[in-house]
Amino acid sequence: MPTDWIFGLLGGLCIGSAAAVYLLCNGRIMGASGIVGALVDGSANNTWPEKASFLAGLVAVPAIIANLAGGSETHLTGNLAVIAVAGLLVGFGTRLANGCTSGHGVCGISRLSLRGIVATAVYVAAGGVVMVIARHGLGLI
Amino acid sequence: MRNLVAAFAGALFGAGLLLSGMTDTTKVQGWLDIFGDWDPTLAFVLGGAILPMALAWRIAARRGTSALGTPFPPPNRSGADARLITGSVLFGAGWALAGLCPGPALASLTFGGAGGAVFLIAMLAAMLAAPRAGRWLDRTLPPKEPPWTSAP
Repeated sequence: MPTDWIFGLLGGLCIGSAAAVYLLCNGRIMGASGIVGALVDGSANNTWPEKASFLAGLVAVPAIIANLAGGSETHLTGNLAVIAVAGLLVGFGTRLANGCTSGHGVCGISRLSLRGIVATAVYVAAGGVVMVIARHGLGLI
Repeated sequence: MRNLVAAFAGALFGAGLLLSGMTDTTKVQGWLDIFGDWDPTLAFVLGGAILPMALAWRIAARRGTSALGTPFPPPNRSGADARLITGSVLFGAGWALAGLCPGPALASLTFGGAGGAVFLIAMLAAMLAAPRAGRWLDRTLPPKEPPWTSAP
């Protein structure tokens, strides 16, 4: 639907502006998996307050907006086993590849980084294949 | 000041994820469902996000250091190695199964329900285990770059 596309574009501009602020002010790449992962595995060292502040904003603002707008829904599947496997794959895969949709997709592609472009092409292609198998083949999702 | 800017960037990122529909798993799965009822919204999200960032990289190239004095991250010239490809395949598979990636999983913490919590716990557990698995992988798939801490 075109309305969704407009919201997608506006939201995308917010995401890109957030990454631009984080880069130009703090000199850092805005990668969600990198920021969370470094806090979780302890590799953040002395940058942890900065990373924790980023996370606080990331969690609090959608909570406030969703609340004001009368709630939001993620439409996640009810199959908790599928969700758990997905979470493990996302957590492990993004740390192994050193980035996710924000780091490789937004910050990498915009820099014309070979690694960012390759990673994005590979995870979108892998997602497409798994979608065919899991949804149209197995009827899992 | 660094923490204030980081909180602002996180807030703007979260607002963008919610506004764009990235926290809605049907949108993400619709984008990956190329042979089903394909939803191109995510292309608009990515396009919209790349525009300001492409400009930011140009400004960064001209300035040398960030406004708060930290040097800009150097480009990673190590190319696409086995670790990048393997990790991206695993990530893509998980992204398709649940329709969530790390940013939206955190942004939807307060309204993601039990499923969102399960996803987040599994993701964090895997991230905690990843460096250990990474050291094992160093022996099987030697990396061409410093592991785990480098920029994408």
